[in-house]
Amino acid sequence: MIKKIFLVGNPNVGKSVVFSRLTGVRVISSNYAGTTVEIMRGFLKLGNQEVEVVDLPGTYSLEPASKSEEVAVSLLNECPKDEMAVINIVDSTNLERNLYLTLQLLEAGLPVVVSLNMCDEAKHHGVSLETDKLEKILGIPVIPTCAITGLGIKLLLERINETKPVLRHQFSHRQRWQEIGSIIEQVQHLTHRHHTLREILEDASVRPFSGALIGIGVILVSFQVVRFIGENLINRIADPIFLNFYQPLLVKLSSFLGEESFIHHLVIGDLINGRIDFKQSLGLLTTAPYIEFAMVLPYIISFYFVLGLVEDIGILPRLAMLLDNLLHHLGLHGFAIIPVLLGLGCNVPGILATRNLESRRERFIAATLISIGVPCVALQAMIFGLLGRFSGFYVSGVYLVLLAIWLVLGIILNHTVKGYSPELLVEIPPFRLPSLATLWHKLFLRIKGFLIEAAPLVLLGVLAVNVLLYFKLFDLFTGIFAPVVRGLFGLPKEAVVSLVMGLFRKDVAVGMLIPLALSAKQSFIAAVLLAISFPCVATFIVFFKELGLKDLIKASLIMFFVALVTGSLLNFAIR
Amino acid sequence: MKAKQRGIICEISGGLGLQNKFMSMGIYKGREIIKISHIGLRGPVAIKVGRSVLVLGHSVANKIVVEGQ
Repeated sequence: MIKKIFLVGNPNVGKSVVFSRLTGVRVISSNYAGTTVEIMRGFLKLGNQEVEVVDLPGTYSLEPASKSEEVAVSLLNECPKDEMAVINIVDSTNLERNLYLTLQLLEAGLPVVVSLNMCDEAKHHGVSLETDKLEKILGIPVIPTCAITGLGIKLLLERINETKPVLRHQFSHRQRWQEIGSIIEQVQHLTHRHHTLREILEDASVRPFSGALIGIGVILVSFQVVRFIGENLINRIADPIFLNFYQPLLVKLSSFLGEESFIHHLVIGDLINGRIDFKQSLGLLTTAPYIEFAMVLPYIISFYFVLGLVEDIGILPRLAMLLDNLLHHLGLHGFAIIPVLLGLGCNVPGILATRNLESRRERFIAATLISIGVPCVALQAMIFGLLGRFSGFYVSGVYLVLLAIWLVLGIILNHTVKGYSPELLVEIPPFRLPSLATLWHKLFLRIKGFLIEAAPLVLLGVLAVNVLLYFKLFDLFTGIFAPVVRGLFGLPKEAVVSLVMGLFRKDVAVGMLIPLALSAKQSFIAAVLLAISFPCVATFIVFFKELGLKDLIKASLIMFFVALVTGSLLNFAIR
Repeated sequence: MKAKQRGIICEISGGLGLQNKFMSMGIYKGREIIKISHIGLRGPVAIKVGRSVLVLGHSVANKIVVEGQ
């Protein structure tokens, strides 16, 4: 009886898409190796039995090379062989490379079903495979599938009970490749085609000059599109809803509660010039939802939409190649650009994605640089809000300062952190046309994740600030930190509250700066300082989970030091 | 090796871990590869092995000795 089904395959063959199809559990999938860093589990009904499905991180062989591969292999070995089945997901466009793992699985005596995934794409590439012949040679069921559309998935489940371990000769590595060579000759037929536009683009994207041009172009266009969509969502949808529909309700509630009561202070907050001001009132029903839904959410939507597109087309691994040289100076290799870009959305998935980096040193450097030098969308949205009223110059200034910190700190860490940094060794996927369904699912998952993670924190943050303000408890520690903040950073002592709040949740912290009516220079310095400090309490937690207390303390000390130096430098340099 | 040149791998140096990884990705002695491009003087190298395109960091690429055709 099968109790567990393992999904095993090379990186970027679509295991996660098959997983979603089988279990109905939605998971994030992209067009680059290493999207899945965690082991995902779900359930499906086989006959009338509940079966657990385990989606393992991609691996090229059963001899593990990284931490995540090691875990995958040990899970396979733990399970009793008569209670499990392996679905080996294979990229039909690249059968040869994929068969190496397939043969290893068979040699290990595992019951395997092969899913020849992306069979539609293989057709476009002029690759045709003789499934029956392959089935005969391997002695196990082989089913062509296209997980994105769902083709073949049903058949896969119908035939999963047919599989049993086959006795195979144990090959040496070389013999295995020879065997694969002869299998390929028998089952794979290539039709020659002329170069398509896509192939020309693929080629251009990995050449120095044209590649850099494409890379820079993609980044610039992406930023513009994110801003365009974000601004329009705010101005055309979010703001009108809040001002025209929500505010009248609150005005009624406000007069019902009476301006002087504690409850009024809690839910509505202070009236600014006798009116509710969504940015400044600091109430649970005013500022909290406004920050979350009208200032941050629109940018979350637009950022993750664009990121999803870029991911699914397959641009990220190409950026990894182009930036490999630069990142070497920071003690990283090109692939580290992927966690960094994910960190621009939210630092938490960014730090999780550092699991794809092999050495501990690399992971520490990458996670520290992400926490300090990479602002998340929530923070960026609020910085647009805070600095946008002065000029775009200040907004770009924040990015420039952060980039400079990122480079300088990276070079310093590269020279001081012990350990080794391995080299880039990654596969470049073909360009793919993103599927709308996948894009939509991914966007939905990420927005849901953001709302679940952020909404309670924003509410809690606003509540804390609100209560502390009401009882005037802030004066206590503003007094202690005021000399540093005023003397070194040139900020009013009230800004201390926001900076401290910043360790908890960034969007609330920037929101608290708005009522202070800071000058352009002060706003700029405060924004930079907030960007440097860890984005939120969730980042602290993942950092701790992923790298341990010692590294968290190290990174936090670095952060305080960087903030101190940058804040004072900017204060004395700008006039 | 120049861009767009074909060659046959005649030697791979490096540790056992790297050798295994190469092996599982289809890079082994006697295998034909095509170099696609490289970035900068000491930058990464893109090669084509079978139907896949791989990018190797400079010093990893240095470990593969190729006989040109």
